[in-house]
Amino acid sequence: MSAPVLEITGVTKSFGDRPVLDGIDLAVDEHQAVALIGASGSGKSTLLRCIDLLVEIDDGDIFLDGEVITDPSVDPVAVRRRLGFVFQAFNLFPHMTALENVVLGAVRAQKVGRPEAGERGRDLLQRFGLAGREDDRPDQLSGGQQQRVALARAFAGRPRALLLDEVTSALDPELVGEVLEVVRDLKQEGVTMIIATHEMSFAREVADTVAFLDQGRIVERDTPDRVLDDPQQPETRQFLRRLLEAGRV
Amino acid sequence: MVIGGLAALIFTSTGWPDVKETFFSAQAFRTSFPDILDGFWLDVKMFLAVEVIVLILGLVIALIRTSRLPALFPIRLLAAVYCDLFRGVPVILLVYLFGFGIPALQLAGVPTDPIILACFALSLAYSAYVAEVYRAGIASVHQAQTDAALATGLTPLQALRFVVLPQAIRRVRPPLLNDFISLQKDVALVSVLGIQEAFRIAQIDSQSTFNYTPLIAAALLYLAVTIPMARVLDHITARGEVNA
Ligand SMILES: Nc1ncnc2c1ncn2[C@@H]1O[C@H](COP(=O)(O)OP(=O)(O)OP(=O)(O)O)[C@@H](O)[C@H]1O
Ligand SMILES: [Mg+2]
Repeated sequence: MSAPVLEITGVTKSFGDRPVLDGIDLAVDEHQAVALIGASGSGKSTLLRCIDLLVEIDDGDIFLDGEVITDPSVDPVAVRRRLGFVFQAFNLFPHMTALENVVLGAVRAQKVGRPEAGERGRDLLQRFGLAGREDDRPDQLSGGQQQRVALARAFAGRPRALLLDEVTSALDPELVGEVLEVVRDLKQEGVTMIIATHEMSFAREVADTVAFLDQGRIVERDTPDRVLDDPQQPETRQFLRRLLEAGRV
Repeated sequence: MVIGGLAALIFTSTGWPDVKETFFSAQAFRTSFPDILDGFWLDVKMFLAVEVIVLILGLVIALIRTSRLPALFPIRLLAAVYCDLFRGVPVILLVYLFGFGIPALQLAGVPTDPIILACFALSLAYSAYVAEVYRAGIASVHQAQTDAALATGLTPLQALRFVVLPQAIRRVRPPLLNDFISLQKDVALVSVLGIQEAFRIAQIDSQSTFNYTPLIAAALLYLAVTIPMARVLDHITARGEVNA
């Protein structure tokens, strides 16, 4: 069997003297989706940002296709070009059109010619239900449309893995579906991904594995049905009970 | 109303006929205007040269001051000291110091032309102001934009060039233009070095004829440039508010 696309071993990270990641081990095989669940502040975003080398880890290693990427000798730019990241708050470039947002990486990072990049960008926007919106700026788009542009931007470089950080939690409820539809579509295509999410039903549907994060540690990791229906750890049970009480399952 | 009242007060005052003759003489205007206009072209040329230098030098200094590279620390410190010094000294004093001080040093290869030295002084003073304007603009672009640019595969320099700077510069266009209106007026300060620009020529004319009309002529020329700039500024500011 080939190496996992992503492998995280013993990763720790503190901000000041506050430990945020406390020895994370996690592997994601090709075509697999791992859902990261856990309370606010448990370290989901930080873990994803560490993988994309936006945050420097203190200890441990992260491997992409079997190669270590957290070594100081590795060029972080080259690593990020092999990964895609979607932010909770979209973070589109407001001074560019939807299409320009999507092709910026191809044109500037991958050095693809503008015509070719444009054509691919258009195809991708169309596929994500945004035909006709190519020339709109982010502030002319709804939150759901913006997040789909952000997904297209992250996927445009055909990354080895997509890192999705609560891509629906900044959206009005009626816009969540259209964004999840795109993620579902990517999963069906076999895209490897890590999905930090508060949407348990979505985690159950799309993920092959659910990892429950609590205070910077992965407390429980198994198939969605086992983690969500029959949690073994008290922390997981408590987290799920709280969600149930808040009416969020 | 207030303006109308003031105008009525002025035009009916006993001194008005004299003032009219010494400040608004059509005859004096006609004879002095061509020379003043000539001098004003020098103002415009100096303004344009200084503006180009300031736009570039100000940006370079702002980039140095906002960079976080540890290797740049000494230069960063230098840039901070420069900004403090040149923003803290009156422009007229800098023009004096450069215009009279540098030639006095008698350094080989250093220009002694007062026009060049004056432009040098204005460029350094205004670059310090404009660097701070740029710096505020760069700081106003959220870190999330840089994160997104890096995540898209851009190098840190590309992130600055294609994502942060375009947004920063768009935001600071109004204060930048404001500084350039000030600069257009401050160019007249070079007259203290005896440079024959519009204000200097008007001053000499008025002193030799005991008539102040040449000064009014010069003022009109400055207004002919600064008022359109102010309207452009209004336009940009209004558009910025619509976009925001
Ligand atoms: N840049 C930073 N500097 C200092 N502390 C930080 C920083 N980023 C995150 N933290 C802290 O790290 C902890 C974990 O944050 P993180 O954003 O990873 O949590 P999360 O699981 O994504 O939460 P949420 O569900 O609210 O998004 C929090 O206590 C947060 O305050
Ligand atoms: Mg988060």
